[in-house]
Amino acid sequence: MRTRDLSYWLFLAPVLLALGLVVVVPMVLGLFYSFTAWNGIQTGEFVGFQNYINLFTDERFLDSLWFTTKFSVVSVILINFIGLSLALIVTSKIKTSSLLRTTFFMPNLIGGLILGFIWQFIFLKVFASVGEAVGMESLQAWLSTTETGFWGLVILMSWQMAGYIMVIYIAYLEGLPNELIEAAEIDGASTIQRFRYIIFPLVAPAFTVSMFLTLSNTFKLYDQNLSLTAGGPYNSTEMVAMEIFKTAFVQNAFAYAQAKAIIFFLIVAIIALVQVYINKRREVEM
Amino acid sequence: MRNRWNIKVEVLGVALAILWLLPFYLMFVNSFKSKKEIFLDTTSPPEAWSFDNYIVAFQELDFLRTLFNSLLITVVSVLLIVLFSAMAAYALSRAKSKISTFLFFLFVSAMLIPFQSVMIPLVTVFGQFDMLNRGGLIFMYIGFGASLSIFLYHGALNNVPKSLDEAAKIDGANRWQVFWHIIFPILKPITVTVAILNIIWIWNDYLLPSLVINTTGSETIPLKMFFFFGEYTKQWHLALAGLTLAIIPVIIFYFFAQRSIIKGVSDGAVK
Repeated sequence: MRTRDLSYWLFLAPVLLALGLVVVVPMVLGLFYSFTAWNGIQTGEFVGFQNYINLFTDERFLDSLWFTTKFSVVSVILINFIGLSLALIVTSKIKTSSLLRTTFFMPNLIGGLILGFIWQFIFLKVFASVGEAVGMESLQAWLSTTETGFWGLVILMSWQMAGYIMVIYIAYLEGLPNELIEAAEIDGASTIQRFRYIIFPLVAPAFTVSMFLTLSNTFKLYDQNLSLTAGGPYNSTEMVAMEIFKTAFVQNAFAYAQAKAIIFFLIVAIIALVQVYINKRREVEM
Repeated sequence: MRNRWNIKVEVLGVALAILWLLPFYLMFVNSFKSKKEIFLDTTSPPEAWSFDNYIVAFQELDFLRTLFNSLLITVVSVLLIVLFSAMAAYALSRAKSKISTFLFFLFVSAMLIPFQSVMIPLVTVFGQFDMLNRGGLIFMYIGFGASLSIFLYHGALNNVPKSLDEAAKIDGANRWQVFWHIIFPILKPITVTVAILNIIWIWNDYLLPSLVINTTGSETIPLKMFFFFGEYTKQWHLALAGLTLAIIPVIIFYFFAQRSIIKGVSDGAVK
């Protein structure tokens, strides 16, 4: 097949059309609109960088960006710690291994929206009634403060995503050469030494993959944010994706929301490109 | 020594698994209770296993129709994504040229774009052409799903020797026949991965359908979940029954396709 054959273009036509109309055209239009006073119907006048300049003094946007960053950093660390621990548990010689894998992975198949609603029930009702029964004040009124909203989201995401990250670590752990680990064992290396000097360096690529996967997933979080806290109390647990949505469809500030969306894109793209860079560098080293 | 260590690990694993299932247990047992019973006690099993909540939730969700909508949109979208992405990846992998390299780069870089960055123009443009309906939604899923799918197919196709194409061509098959009868069947393992990744994403997607589907009667399961949460007073007993109903199809799917699902998700992430 050559690129000048008709068949080449016929094979590509459906996806080119879909990707063009669904991603490329809206992206180009969006970039253009972010420099105008677009209101969804009329393009409005050209305002240059005004929308972008306004962003820097928009407290609600900056707060959401800061909240999202804090949430992502804490979640990435916790999810990877739990995910790796689960992977180490299920890859050791135990009888219930496959049953445990199935269980830990299960939350990933269910939509974030539904999971958020389930946890809303747990934080609001179950925490309250258990707190009352055992006399723990700290279990009362969850999700009604910024702090409990934050940790509520972190708990929800750790529970959901740890099983996903576990699956990735398993893929690397099961690819480890058994002879190497056994040889180390015969030479008298302890469990901790084997982990530190043999397993850890060999599963290092899994860390890059998992870290960036969790980072990009938590940074772009929307569904769980919406169903668990809906951004409350007083928008203090509102993450960037939700802030952009509300600017566009609640305040009807389309062009301004689009400028935020472009900044959001740049941050996400930079995260992804850093990952590509790190992977390339590692490949060179190996 | 070795054995005792393994038993400790096993006990820890099982304890964690019970902790992991606790949210589902709480959802399940409370979905059978009355409003008053939930108010009094959220942790023990219900006094009586009454299906009253389920009957109401089933009707309020218009469950059969909602389930059908979710199935229709997911199945049609995934079939088209699989077919079109495999075709495109095949063309890109067989015609090595600057154009192919550029197009492949375009598809891969589209993966970097978060949905929120194109959401607003997408909805306004499709709105102007009267495409905010199920057909439009399926078309959008093809656009958003194609990138990763092409990437995965392209990787798999690099391991399918070109001599296979040539042999079939000599036997008189045309391009489409070569693709459909020879190449596509060979790609089956990666097709399973592509299908599973897209099924999970589309089935659970909330934001896009919430913007695209506006007519009553065509909502998918995630959209209907708001029925119980829109009001000021939450009807937890009904909501929990509704959430349980919404999860049942996923559990059935997981039960039958567990291995492929875990393998698919792991391949999709690692590659």
